[in-house]
Amino acid sequence: MELVYFFSVAAVAVLSAIAVLVSRNTVHSALFLVANLFCIALLYLSLTAEFLALVQITVYAGAIMVLFLFVITMLNPSSEETPDKIVNRLPWAVGLSLAFLVGLGLLFLTSAGKMASPAQAMQPAAGNGNLEAIGTSLFTQYLLPFELTSFLLFVAMVAAMVLAKRRA
Amino acid sequence: MIAPQSHYLILSGILFVLGMSGVLVRKNPLVMFMSIELMLNAANLAFVTFAYRFGAIEGQVVAFFVMTVAAAEVVVGLAIISSIFRVRANVDVDEVSSLKG
Amino acid sequence: MLSNAWLILAFPALGFLYCSLVGRLISRRSCGVVASGAVGLSFLVGLGALVEMLRLPAAAQSVQLPLWNWIAAGKLSVPFSLLVDPLSILMVLVVTGVGFLIHVYATGYMQGDADYARFFALMNIFVLAMLMLVLAGSFLLLMVGWGGVGFASYALIAFWFQKPANAAAGTKAFVMNSIGDVGLLLAIFLIFINFGRLDYSGVFSQASQKLAVNSPMATAIVLLLLIGAAAKSAQLPLHTWLPDAMAGPTPVSALIHAATMVTAGVYLIARTHPLYQLSPTAMTIVATIGALSALFAATIGLVQPNIKRVLAYSTISQLGYMFLAVGVGAFSAGMFHLVTHAFFKALLFMAAGGVIHALAGEEDLRKMGGLWRRVPSMYLGFLVGALALAGFPLLSGFFSKDEIIFAAFASQRGSPVLGVMALAVVGLTGFYVFRAFFLCFHGTSRVDEQVAHHIHKPGLSMVAPVGVLAVLAALGGYINFVGGTGAIDRFLSPVFERYTDPVPLAVGAEGMQEPLMMVSVLVGLGGIFVAYLMYVRFPKAAARVGGWYPGLYRLFLNKWYVDELYGFLFLRPGRWLGELLAGPVDGAITDGIVRGAARSVEWFALGFKRVETGFVRDYALAILLGATVVLFYLMQIGGVR
Repeated sequence: MELVYFFSVAAVAVLSAIAVLVSRNTVHSALFLVANLFCIALLYLSLTAEFLALVQITVYAGAIMVLFLFVITMLNPSSEETPDKIVNRLPWAVGLSLAFLVGLGLLFLTSAGKMASPAQAMQPAAGNGNLEAIGTSLFTQYLLPFELTSFLLFVAMVAAMVLAKRRA
Repeated sequence: MIAPQSHYLILSGILFVLGMSGVLVRKNPLVMFMSIELMLNAANLAFVTFAYRFGAIEGQVVAFFVMTVAAAEVVVGLAIISSIFRVRANVDVDEVSSLKG
Repeated sequence: MLSNAWLILAFPALGFLYCSLVGRLISRRSCGVVASGAVGLSFLVGLGALVEMLRLPAAAQSVQLPLWNWIAAGKLSVPFSLLVDPLSILMVLVVTGVGFLIHVYATGYMQGDADYARFFALMNIFVLAMLMLVLAGSFLLLMVGWGGVGFASYALIAFWFQKPANAAAGTKAFVMNSIGDVGLLLAIFLIFINFGRLDYSGVFSQASQKLAVNSPMATAIVLLLLIGAAAKSAQLPLHTWLPDAMAGPTPVSALIHAATMVTAGVYLIARTHPLYQLSPTAMTIVATIGALSALFAATIGLVQPNIKRVLAYSTISQLGYMFLAVGVGAFSAGMFHLVTHAFFKALLFMAAGGVIHALAGEEDLRKMGGLWRRVPSMYLGFLVGALALAGFPLLSGFFSKDEIIFAAFASQRGSPVLGVMALAVVGLTGFYVFRAFFLCFHGTSRVDEQVAHHIHKPGLSMVAPVGVLAVLAALGGYINFVGGTGAIDRFLSPVFERYTDPVPLAVGAEGMQEPLMMVSVLVGLGGIFVAYLMYVRFPKAAARVGGWYPGLYRLFLNKWYVDELYGFLFLRPGRWLGELLAGPVDGAITDGIVRGAARSVEWFALGFKRVETGFVRDYALAILLGATVVLFYLMQIGGVR
């Protein structure tokens, strides 16, 4: 059952990722990315990371992608691909990507792929569950990064305002 | 019971490589950026998988932070892209090569 | 006074400091007074030391004065110590006595010169260095003084350096002296290798033990010393600097190039006589060089038109006599002639200087004549000096020259060839000095109209020293008779017989002394008489005689073309080599290295520049490449396969 679930979601994710790369229309690419993000959220659910799945949908698919769409429409890119200015790097890109993939595959299939004992695996959390666990961790052990991250968001806001201003 | 973790990791790898190829092959800066987001998500997936495997909540916390930082990054990146490409006709990364050696 | 002999060095040092630092601020005239006074005080200290020394028994007359510990480095220990013995005191008295007179003379001669203070500073430095040379108790200190006089000589020759010719003359003197310095240094190295020490007493006392008679090492050491001595004393073949040195002011010529510095070579040979006596071969070479130089220089002096050059060649010739003397083992005879020569040669130079000064710088004999009325003081001085030089009976030069000629024939190391050469030189000497005398002071005046109107009689500061030296040149020979004949010999015997036995006379040679004296007097008078005939009685004769042997005349006039020979042998290849190195070699190698470094950096930079294409995707590709490498590397470390 779980395998079926997994493979169907995975298939959609990969197909939408490919579609992101291949689409001629930028808006289509953005929408396919949203689909991909949604699939990832579903996978989080199966990994008992419910809070993360919801955050993924809300923040990633909801906020970030919308921002993307805003900018796309503002820039209004044309559909035609301009001719390549540089020597075709495709062979290199394909070759290295495959090599990287092979490397990752070897890595995951040999050591990291070894199954943990079911006892060690994470259980769906009781009570407020995942949210409580993350929350506790954030506000105790990872408090400093949490605060710094909020500061980082503030900086990003200011930066965006400064950068996007039209030259007066 | 979920599917074997190796499957999740292989999926993460595939998504990551796909995102990478997107960065290398596409010339539209927005699409390149989206590919980068794809890569980030693939990495997040790997983190959460490992969190599940070891029963450690830290993996999810890290994924949470990654999401937050990705948001900040997208904001700044899009601001840069819009300020560079606002006045150009075609939106092509290869046009901004004036820093060549 | 003996133990305070270091004062002899202190006074000229103070004089130098005064003249160079303070004097020009206070008053220029004071420099002359201070400088002369310093030398005079040194003379008095020297006299005091002499008096004290004569009261000591002969064996104790050699006093070491260690002043401070100068170098103590491993095996080499060289204290700064002076050696005060009869030989060094004799030299001190000559240097400071004649030096004092010349300093006084110079206060008048150099009057009005803008660099008055610098002149006296340099003169005092010279005296200081010369005194250090003669008072040194070890070879290393000798070297210090040796170098010092070389420098002072250069600075004083090129005193009027604004004229390039003068500067060139100074350089020439210095370069040839340097050749001698190299010889001396190599000798010192060999001495240190063989003896392990550099002080005179140590080296000389062990000389006969460590070196075999006529061994290659002994000969090598003394021949290297000879190179040094020959350069300093302007003997063949290192003599060409001395005539050119006449470009310096006349007091300089008198002091340095007549009485003192050039005698340093003779002093060196006399001082290191224990080493020389170990190598009879070398001594013969010394004597031969001396005789040849004497003859060679005398021939050149016969025809020179410049009065100072005549005197310069005369100096070379007389130094040849001294070398001849020490070469045949007659060390005290050589020293005796050194003393009398200092008197009459300085006198001659000063008298000539008085004439030059009066004629506002004219030095050419062809533009002089009939001056005996105009500058009588200088006339008389020159006359006395010329007679002494020519060996006129009873004057100082007569006695000293006679000793040498006798030794040349009579000493076991002497030979008739050397003796005949010495006698020939007597005749030539009489001729050339009186030729100069007659041309300058007698006959019709060939002086320029302009100059003749402004003839400027020399003042007391110049006349008085000339007078004193005239007396010394006339009567100085009698010091050899103090307390019986051979006084100088007896005075110096504690030095010359301390480590070695004296060189004996050949069997049955004593009888030669009287006849030889007669012959040399006759030859000398003959030379004077011929000069009288050619330049006074029959003034046109000179030109005609020159016409009989034009080849010889030109040979002598052009100094036997030695300068031209040296130019061909050394200067031209040297210049060629210099230009070669400065041009192609320097350009190819050093410039090549520098430019090559720059070019290789440029080459590398151009290569690396190609990485920066400006395209973002290329950079992303590069990151991917790196990431892949790192991935595989980490997998390798982690043991994943």
